[in-house]
Amino acid sequence: MTTQDVPLWAALPATLLLIASGLFAFVGSLGLLRLPNFQARMHGPSMGTTMGTGCLLFASMLVASSLARRPVFHELLITLFVVMSSPVTAMMLMHAAVYRDKDRLRDQIDSAPSNRP
Amino acid sequence: MNILLHYAVWFALFCFSMAMVFSVIRLLRGPAAQDRILALDTFYINGMLTLLTLGIRSTSQAYFDIALMIALFGFIGSMSLAKFLLRGEVIEP
Repeated sequence: MTTQDVPLWAALPATLLLIASGLFAFVGSLGLLRLPNFQARMHGPSMGTTMGTGCLLFASMLVASSLARRPVFHELLITLFVVMSSPVTAMMLMHAAVYRDKDRLRDQIDSAPSNRP
Repeated sequence: MNILLHYAVWFALFCFSMAMVFSVIRLLRGPAAQDRILALDTFYINGMLTLLTLGIRSTSQAYFDIALMIALFGFIGSMSLAKFLLRGEVIEP
C-alpha cells in the first residue's frame, strides 16, 4: 500500500494540512532564530509545537483512516501528550530564566541613573 | 491528486528540516543556557514531525511508535534540564 491508493476526499485535506503544518513549524523556528531576547523567543516554537503537531497528526489520521477503511485514532495519543507536556516545559524554562536573570536585572535597576538617591 | 500529496510531503519535509537547521544554529549560538534548552526542545519536536511525515509517505505504523518515544524522552530531557537550571540538581533528596 502506498500513497497512490489514497482517495481524493482524504488526499486534498491532508495536502492542505501538511502544507499548513510545515509553514507553522518553519515560522516558529524562524522566530526562535530571529527574535531579540529570550522572553520573545519563547513564543515562536510553541506555535510550531501545538499547531504544527495538531495539523500533521490530523493529516496522518486522515491518510491512515482512508487506507485502512476504518477510523484510526491512535495518533491522538501523541497530540494529547504534546499538548499536555509542552506548556509544562515552557513554564519551567520561563521560571528558570527569571530566576537566573534576577541578579542581573536587580543590578541594572540599581545602577540606573534615575534610581540614584 | 496523489501527486499533490506527494509534493505536500516533500514540502513539509523541507520545512521541518529548515526548522531543525534554525534550531541547531540557535543551539550553537544561544547566549544563555535557557536559549539552548529551548532550541533543543524545538529540535526534538521538529524531528518528531519529520518522522511522522515519513510515516505518512510510507504508510507504515512503525514510525508512529518511534515518534511517541521521541516525544516521551524529549519531554523528560528538556524537563530535567530546566529543573537543573532552576534548582541546581535534578532529583532533590
